[in-house]
Amino acid sequence: MALIKTTYNRRSFLKSSAIAGGGMMLGFSWFASCKPIDDNTELLMPDEWFDFNSYLKIGDNGLITIFSPNPEFGQNVKTSMPMILAEELDVDWKNVLVEQAPYSPEQFPGAPFGQFTGGSRGIMMKWKPLRIAGASAKQMLKAAAAQTWQVAVDEITTESGVLHHEASKKSIGYGEMASLAAQMAIPEEVKLKEPKDYKIIGHSKKNVDGLAIVTGKPLFGLDYQKEGMLIAMAVHPPAFGMTLEAINNTEEIKAMPGIKDVFPIKTYKDAYKKGYFDTNAFPEIIAVVGNSTWEVLKAKKAVKAKWKSIEGSTNTIDRFGRDISVHTPAGLENTTDHNTQMETLMAKPMKVVRRDGDPEGAFKKAAKIIERTYSAPYLAHNCMEPMNFFADVKKDKAHVAGPLQGPGLIEPTLAASLDIPEENIETEMTRMGGGFGRRAYSHYMVEAALISQKVNAPIKLMYTREDDMTNGIYRPTYRAIYRAALDESNNLLALHVKAGGVPESPLFANRFPAGSVDNYLAEEFAIDSNITTGAFRAPRSNFMAGAEQSFLDEIAEETGKDPIEFRLELLKRAKENPVGKENDYDPERYAGVLELVREKSNWGQNDANLHRGVSAYFCHNSYAAHVLDLTIEKGKPVVQKVTCAIDCGIVINPDAAANMAEGGIVDGIGNAFYGEMTFKDGVPQKNNFHQYRMIRMSEAPKKIDVHFVQNEIDPTGLGEPPFPPIFAAVANAMYKASGKRQYHQPFIREEKILG
Amino acid sequence: MAKFNLNVNGKNFQLDIAAQTPLLWVLRDHLKLVGTKYGCGIAQCGACTIHLDGVAMRSCSLPVEAVGDKAITTIEGLSEKGEHSIQRAWLEHDVPQCGYCQAGQIMTAAALLKDNPNPSDSDIDQAMNGNICRCGTYTRIKAAIKSAAKMEK
Ligand code: FES
Ligand code: FES
Repeated sequence: MALIKTTYNRRSFLKSSAIAGGGMMLGFSWFASCKPIDDNTELLMPDEWFDFNSYLKIGDNGLITIFSPNPEFGQNVKTSMPMILAEELDVDWKNVLVEQAPYSPEQFPGAPFGQFTGGSRGIMMKWKPLRIAGASAKQMLKAAAAQTWQVAVDEITTESGVLHHEASKKSIGYGEMASLAAQMAIPEEVKLKEPKDYKIIGHSKKNVDGLAIVTGKPLFGLDYQKEGMLIAMAVHPPAFGMTLEAINNTEEIKAMPGIKDVFPIKTYKDAYKKGYFDTNAFPEIIAVVGNSTWEVLKAKKAVKAKWKSIEGSTNTIDRFGRDISVHTPAGLENTTDHNTQMETLMAKPMKVVRRDGDPEGAFKKAAKIIERTYSAPYLAHNCMEPMNFFADVKKDKAHVAGPLQGPGLIEPTLAASLDIPEENIETEMTRMGGGFGRRAYSHYMVEAALISQKVNAPIKLMYTREDDMTNGIYRPTYRAIYRAALDESNNLLALHVKAGGVPESPLFANRFPAGSVDNYLAEEFAIDSNITTGAFRAPRSNFMAGAEQSFLDEIAEETGKDPIEFRLELLKRAKENPVGKENDYDPERYAGVLELVREKSNWGQNDANLHRGVSAYFCHNSYAAHVLDLTIEKGKPVVQKVTCAIDCGIVINPDAAANMAEGGIVDGIGNAFYGEMTFKDGVPQKNNFHQYRMIRMSEAPKKIDVHFVQNEIDPTGLGEPPFPPIFAAVANAMYKASGKRQYHQPFIREEKILG
Repeated sequence: MAKFNLNVNGKNFQLDIAAQTPLLWVLRDHLKLVGTKYGCGIAQCGACTIHLDGVAMRSCSLPVEAVGDKAITTIEGLSEKGEHSIQRAWLEHDVPQCGYCQAGQIMTAAALLKDNPNPSDSDIDQAMNGNICRCGTYTRIKAAIKSAAKMEK
C-alpha cells in the first residue's frame, strides 16, 4: 500500500459544506440520485446523511452518495469518477448513489480547471483527489470503530462497507459508524490500495444515468423547466466580420403572438479584459423573448436588422495570468482565399520551431525527395444538443443551469457582465448533449443571464441548429507539407514539416517522428481571421495525425517496408538513441500499441478483398493505434472493422472506455469522409444537417474491437487520443482500395466513385 | 389559435394552440414531456422521433393539426420503467454516451422491431439511417437492436 499525504487536497475537505450537506440539492427532481442500474436490491433512503468531504456523504443505513465533480458530456465521468472513490472507500457499488456536483471552486479547487471537462484530463486530474477522498473517509470510519471498540485503529479492517475487528470478532456497517466517523479528525496521510487489490476499478459498471436516458427523463440543459420561465432565442449577424447596427422592426416583433420583448444585448462590459475561453465572434446579438419555443422561433425569423462591418482590432486577452495580444481583422472571409493565403505562405520562410542535425544539408545530398501536401477544412462541432442555458437573475444574485465544459472559465465573465459577485451566482451543470470542445466557450451562458436580467424573469435561451452551426467556435482549417529525404538505399536521412492554419498552426514541435530522425526541421505559420475557432476533440492533433501518419505510410511503401515495421524501427531509434532531448512521447509505449494492434488485427494475414490501413498517434498523454479494414461495395468504401489498441494507463471502467473509443473512431471516420465547413463572404455555407453531412449508421464500421494495454500506470486521457489517428487509418486503407492517396479532407465530397 | 384533443401515452390532453405548432414543441413546452428531443427541426436527425399509431414520425416536422385522433407515444410512454425490450437491450449494451440522441434512436428502433421482429443488418441500417448519433454509438445501437429482437422471441 502506498502512503500518501492528504494535504494536497486539504482545501477541498470543507466539512458540512453546502453540497455535502445536501442543502442545495437542486430543485430539480432528476438531479436527485441515480441508482446504479445493475442492481436490484435497493436500500431505502437513509434518515440522516453525514458529510465526510466535498465528494462524499454516508447515510445512517450505509447508503453512500458520491458527488461527481466534473460535468458529464458523454465520456462517462459521472460513473467512472465515483468508481475511483468507491474503490478506496471500500464499499459495495450497489449501495452507491451518484449526484452531479454543482460548480464550487471552494470544494473542488484548481480554478479555472477544477471542474473542467476537456483536454482528456478529467480522470487524470481527479485520480488522486478521488482516491484520497475515499481513503480518508475510510480511515475516519476505522478511527471511529477503534474508538468505539477501544482497540488499535490498525487492527480494523474493512470489506464492502463493513468494519471488522478480527480478534474480538466485532463487525459494524459504515452507516452505523457514520455519525461518529464524520466527527473524526481528517487523517494527515492515508494508505491507497495497490492496483492488484482493485475490486471496482477495472470492472465495468453501467452508466449511472442509463435508465434515466432510456426512459427520457429530463437530464439536459434544454430540458430545464421552471415555473414562470420564458423562452429566449438569439439572432446573430449573418456573417463573420459583421456586427449589429440596429433592429428595424422592434414594434412589429413585440406585437407577434406570445412575444414579450426584443432587444439587443452586449455580452461583455466595455473594456472587459476577456479570458482565453471568451471566444465569441458576435458580442452583440438580438434577443427575442416570449412564452413558447414555437412563438419565439417565428418571431426570431421575422426579425429585421441592419448589420455593419466590424472594424479590425487588437485586443489583450488574459491567458491564465499572462497577457496575450490577439488581432481580429476586418472583412468578410472566404475559404478559397484562406486556401490561397495558406499556399502562398507555404512558399515563404516561416518560424522554425525545431531543428535537429543539418536538415538542409541532408536534403541537398538526398538521392530521392518525397514531398506531399495535406489539408483539412474547418469543422463544426455539431453537438447533438444545441447550445442553450437557463438563467434566473435577480437584483443581486443569479441562478444558472445548463450544459458547459468549463464553469470556472466563464464564471468571472458572467460575474462581470451581470455585475454580481461570483459568490452570489449558483451554477448547476446539466448533462451535456455532447461537447467536443464547443462547450468550453460558454458565451451562451452569459447571453442567457443578460437576457434574464433584462426581462427580470427566468428564461431559457435556446440556439436553433442553424444558430449552433453558424455561430460556431470551429476547428480551424489547416495545411501541412511533409518532405522526406532518402539516400540510394532508401534510408531516411531527413524529415521536414511545414504547417500552418487559420488562425493557428497545428504543429507540435516535439512529437514523433521528431526524435527518431537525425535531421529534422519543423516550421510553422498562422493567419489571422475573424472566424472564431477553438478546441475540437484533440485540437491540432486531429489534423497533424492524419497528415503525419499518411506520410509515414507513403514513405514506408517507398522504402519497401511494412508500415508497422517502419514505424517500429523509427520508435526503436527514438528509444535507444533519441535525437534531441525534448521529445514529448514515450517510444516504448508508442511501440506497445502498434505491437498490440498488429497482434489483435492479425496484421499480415491479408485478404485480397480487404484493404487495410494502419495509423498510430500520441496525444493527451495516451497512445492509440488503429487498423482499419475497408471493402468497396458499389464503388463506395465500407468500413468492415476497426481494431484499436490504446495505452491510457489504468482503465477505470473498461466497457465505458471502449464505448468512448468506439465513439472517437466513428467520429473520426465521419469527419475524414464528410466533415467540412466552408465560408463565403463570411457566411458559413452550411446551416443544418441537410447540408452538413454527418456519419450515419450504414456508414459506421460494422465492427470495432478495442483493446487496452494492461499496466499499472496512473490513468491518462481517453476522450481524445483514439480520434486523431483514425483519419490516416481511413486514408491509408482508401489508398489500398483505390491506388489513390488521400491528401485533402474530407475524402468524400460527393458520392464520388472509388475503386 | 385552435383547440386540439391529443392522446399522448394513453392520456387525453386539451390544448388551445396555433395549428401549425410542431408536435415536438407541444410535447416539450406545453405537456412538459421533454424526453423527445430537438436536434435539427427539419426532419434530418431523428432526435424528435415519436410514434403516431405505432409508426415512427419526426415530431419536429409534424404540425399539431396533422395529428388528428391518432395515438401519440413518446419515450416516456414506451414503458414507464424502461421495461420495453429495446430499453432493456440498451441498458445491457450500455449504449449511450451523451445520451441526447437516444430517445429518438429507441423510438425508431422500437417501431422497426414492431414491423420487422427479425431485422437483418441492412434492415437496421435502413431504418436507423435517419437518426444521427454525434457521439458515434452506432455499433452498440445495432447490437442492442439484435439483442432486443432475441428477447422478443
Ligand atoms: S429534430 Fe426532428 S428530425 Fe431533427
Ligand atoms: S449518444 Fe450522444 S448523440 Fe448519441
